[in-house]
Amino acid sequence: MEITTPQFKQNVTGALADRQLQRALSHVRGNFVGKRAAAAAALPEFEALRDEARNIKNHVLENLDIYLETFEKNVTRQGGKVHWAATASEARGHILDICRKVGARSATKGKSMISEEIGLNAFLEESGIRPVETDLGEYIIQLRGERPSHIIAPAVHVNADQVREDFRRVHTHLPPERPLEEPESLLAEARAILRDQFLSSDVGITGANFLVAETGTSVIVTNEGNGDLTQILPRVHIVIASLEKIVPTLEDMSQILRVLARSATGQEMSVYTTLSSGPKRKGDPDGPDEFHVVLLDNGRSDMIGTEFQDMLRCIRCGACMNHCPVYQAVGGHAYGWVYPGPMGSVLTPQFIGVEKGGNLPNASTFCGRCEEVCPMRIPLPKMMRHWREKEFERHLSPPAHRRNLKAWAWLAKRPGLYRLFTRLAARGLWVLGGAKRRTGFLPMAGAWTRHRDMPTPEGGTFLAQWKAGRHRTGQGTGGAS
Amino acid sequence: MSRDLILDKLRRNAAGGQSRAEREKAVAKRIRSASRGVLPAQPRAATARVTQFMEKAEAAQATTVMTTRTGVAEAIADWLRAHNLPAEIRTGKDERLKALLGGKAGNLILRQGPSDGTDTTGVSHAECGVCETGTLIVLSGADNPTTLNFLPQNHIVVLRRSDILAHYEDIWPRLRTAYGKGQMPRTVNMITGPSRSADIEQTLLLGAHGPVRLHIVIVRD
Amino acid sequence: MSEPVRIGLFVTCLVDLFRPTVGFAAVKLLEEAGCEVHVPVSQTCCGQPAWNSGDRADTADIARQVIAAFEGFDHIVAPSGSCAGMLSKHYPELFAGDAQWEARAVAFAGKVHELVSFLTDVMGLERVAARLDARVTYHDSCSGLRELGIAEQPRKLLATVEGLELAEMKNSNVCCGFGGTFAVKYSDVSNAIVSEKAATIDATEADLLLAGDLGCLLNMAGKLRRNGSKTEVRHVAEVLAGMTDAPPIGGKA
Repeated sequence: MEITTPQFKQNVTGALADRQLQRALSHVRGNFVGKRAAAAAALPEFEALRDEARNIKNHVLENLDIYLETFEKNVTRQGGKVHWAATASEARGHILDICRKVGARSATKGKSMISEEIGLNAFLEESGIRPVETDLGEYIIQLRGERPSHIIAPAVHVNADQVREDFRRVHTHLPPERPLEEPESLLAEARAILRDQFLSSDVGITGANFLVAETGTSVIVTNEGNGDLTQILPRVHIVIASLEKIVPTLEDMSQILRVLARSATGQEMSVYTTLSSGPKRKGDPDGPDEFHVVLLDNGRSDMIGTEFQDMLRCIRCGACMNHCPVYQAVGGHAYGWVYPGPMGSVLTPQFIGVEKGGNLPNASTFCGRCEEVCPMRIPLPKMMRHWREKEFERHLSPPAHRRNLKAWAWLAKRPGLYRLFTRLAARGLWVLGGAKRRTGFLPMAGAWTRHRDMPTPEGGTFLAQWKAGRHRTGQGTGGAS
Repeated sequence: MSRDLILDKLRRNAAGGQSRAEREKAVAKRIRSASRGVLPAQPRAATARVTQFMEKAEAAQATTVMTTRTGVAEAIADWLRAHNLPAEIRTGKDERLKALLGGKAGNLILRQGPSDGTDTTGVSHAECGVCETGTLIVLSGADNPTTLNFLPQNHIVVLRRSDILAHYEDIWPRLRTAYGKGQMPRTVNMITGPSRSADIEQTLLLGAHGPVRLHIVIVRD
Repeated sequence: MSEPVRIGLFVTCLVDLFRPTVGFAAVKLLEEAGCEVHVPVSQTCCGQPAWNSGDRADTADIARQVIAAFEGFDHIVAPSGSCAGMLSKHYPELFAGDAQWEARAVAFAGKVHELVSFLTDVMGLERVAARLDARVTYHDSCSGLRELGIAEQPRKLLATVEGLELAEMKNSNVCCGFGGTFAVKYSDVSNAIVSEKAATIDATEADLLLAGDLGCLLNMAGKLRRNGSKTEVRHVAEVLAGMTDAPPIGGKA
C-alpha cells in the first residue's frame, strides 16, 4: 500500500490549497465537537464511565493472552473458527483461503479499519474476488479510488457535488435526467445498488468493535445497518479484528458502549449494536453457515509491556481527530497512511516504522485536546513524545533541528554565557524591530516570518535589569539571590 | 505457528509480574462475577422508565404506541394505514406474536419466515427494551429471522411493557438464565431508532440500508 | 506577623528575552499580595524545547539545574502555564525511577504554580487595583488550561479591572498553533491554525487580546500584526498589574 507519510509536509501544502477539502473540513469543526460536548454533558456519569472503560482495557491488556485463549475457546464452542495472523499478509491469506473454499466471486464488506490496515481490497481484487464496500462513506471512496480520511466518517473530505459526479460516472445505468441533486437521492441510489450486492454476495466481511471473551461473541456498532446485511445474508461471515478488541464480559462491553457513541458522533447510542456468536443454529431461518474470526496482531503484541501499551486501549471513536487543530486544518489523507489524527500519529510509526512515520508525532502542538476528549483516557501527547524520544535516540530527527537544539541546550546549561547571549540577542532584535516593535523578516527564521511578523524584544533582558536593581516597585523585599 | 508465537509474546510482555496461575485466577473471577461497573442513574418507578423509554426512542426517530394485548393487530394496521403502506406484514413463527396476532389480525395479511427483501414491513417481538437510550433487544432464533430487522423498509417491534429494563447490564443476566452461562443466541440486535447515515456532508438521512421507519408497539401486561 | 511567603520567580526564557515587562508585572502582583520575591539569576529555561524534541538527557541536565536553584523557596511561580506545567507535571515524569532525583523533583513540583492561579488559589487574591478602559478578549493557552486547569482564575481577576469589558471569543480553548518548535517545523499547518484563531479574535472586535503564555502571545501577535488587525496584544499579568504603559507585544496596531 502506498505510504506518503514521509512527504507529510508536501501533503499538507496540497491539503491547505485544496478548496474542496477545506470546505468539507469545515463540517468536522462545526459538527462533531459540539455534539460530543453535548452528549458528554448530558450524562452525569460520563467521567466515571471513562475511568471504568480505561480500567477494563488495562486489565485486559495485562491478561491479553488468557483472554484471547478464552475467546477462541468460546468461538469454537459456538461453532465458529478463529484464525491467528501475526502479520497483515497472513491475515490476507486466511481470508483468501476462506473465500476460495466457498468459490466466492465477490465479498460484501462492512466498515473496517483493519481491512485498510492490511490492504485487503487491493489484495482481493488481485486474487479475482471483487470487494464491495457497503458503508455509504466507504462505498463513495471506493468509487473514487481513495482511502478513508477519517476512521468513522471515511468520506468526510468529499462534498455532495463530488459524490454526484462519481455516481454519474460509475452508475452508467442512470438516465441523465435522474435527479441526484439532494443527498436523499444519492442515498437512495446507493441503497438500491448495494441491496443487490448484499443479496448476491457469497462472503460477508466485517470488522469488530468488541470481542467478548466470556461468550466468544464479536460485536459491531453501526448506524446504517450495512454491517448487519453484510453478515446475515451471505453463506460465510468473516470477522477481521485486532487483538486488543477483547473485553472480558458483556457487562464490560456495555460500559464502553456508553462512551463510544457519545465520543464518536455525539449519539447516546448508535442505531445498531449487533452481537454475533458463531454460525447459524439448527433451525435458524437465516444467518451464515460459517463464522470465522481472523485475529490480527501486526505488531500489537510488541506494544504490550512498553510505553505504548496504553495506545491499545483505543476504541477507534475518532474523537481525538475531531478535536485536533492539525487534523481540522489538513484532513486525514495528509497523514499518508491508514490512521490519521492523534491516534494515527501514535500508531503509524509503530506499523510503518518511525523512519517513515516520524513526521506525525512531531506534527503536534501538544495542545492536549485529544487526551482531554479521549474516552479511554489515552495520554496521546505523551505517546507522541515517546516517539520523538525514539527518533532522537536513533538520530533520525532532521540534522539542522538537532544542531540548533544541542547548541541551545549547551547554552542553557551555562547561565553566565546564556545571560550574555540573551542580552546581545535582545539588544540586536530590539534594534531590528525599531519603533514598530516587530519585524517582517528575520535571518534564519523564515519559517516564522513567512506567515507572521516577529514581535521584537523590549531592549534589555529581565535578568540583566533585575541584577542592575531596576526592579524596585516600592515595597519589594527580595533581591538577586 | 502464529497462534503460539503471538500468545508467547503476550505472555512474556504481560505486565504486573504476576504468575500465569494468578492471572488465570483473576480472569476467571472477572468473567464469573460479571461485575456491572458504573450504572447511570435511571428512573426507579416502572412507569417513569416506560415514559423515558418512549421519549428516548422517539428522540432517536422511532415512533411508539402503547396498547393492550388485544389491541396489537389493530395498532399495527392503524400505523400501516397512516403511512399509506400495504396491510401486509412478515413475521417469524414467534409464539408470542402468534398469541397477539393470531385470529385477530383483522384485514392484515400475515406472511411467515425470513425476508428476501421484497416485503414492505417486518414485525418482530423484542426480548426486552432499555430505557437508558430507548434501545430494543431483538434475538435471533428458529422463530425469529434476523433479516426481518433489516431488509423490509419498515420495521415494527412489539415489546412487553414489563420487559422495559433500566440498564444494558440488565439484559445479560436474562440471557444467561435463558441460554446458559456463556451461551448466546446467534444474533443479538440492540436497535436504537431506524437506520441512518451522515456520510454525505454530515447530513443526517434516515433509511440507509436498514429500515426507514421503526415503530415500537408497547403492550401493557 | 507571620513570615512572608518566599517566592522564587521563574521568569521563563521568553519573558526574559522578549518581554521583561511581564516579569516586572509578576513581581509587582506578587509583592502586592504580600510575597517576598526572589529571582535566582542562574535560571535559563525550563528545558521544554529539549523535552518535546525527545532529548531526555539535556532536559534532565537543565531540570536538575532548575530544581537546585529553586527548591529552597516556599513556592516557585512562573508567568506561564506552559513552563509551570513543565516544572510541575513533567519533571516528576522525567525523573520517575531515578533514585537520586525523583523525590526531589516531586517535592519541587508540588511547590510550582502559574502566576495568576497562584494569586487566586494560594494567596486568595480576590481583586486587583488596576484600571484599563478597553474591550478585551482572553485566549486560554493549552498547557495552562489542560495541565493546570486555569480558566476561571484570570477571568475572575480581569472582572475586577475597572473599565475593562471582557468579550469572549469563540473557541477560546482551541490551540493557537504555536506549539514551540512546531511553529517553525510545520509552519504551514501552524499558520492555518493561527489564521483561524486570528479570525475568531477579530470577530470579537476587541481592543486587546490577553493570554497567560508568551509563546502563544508572540504567535498570535505576529499574525494579528501581519494581518493588520486592530486588536493589540498583551500578557494578562501586565493588565492585572496595571502596567500597560509599555508598547504592546509586537507594537501598536
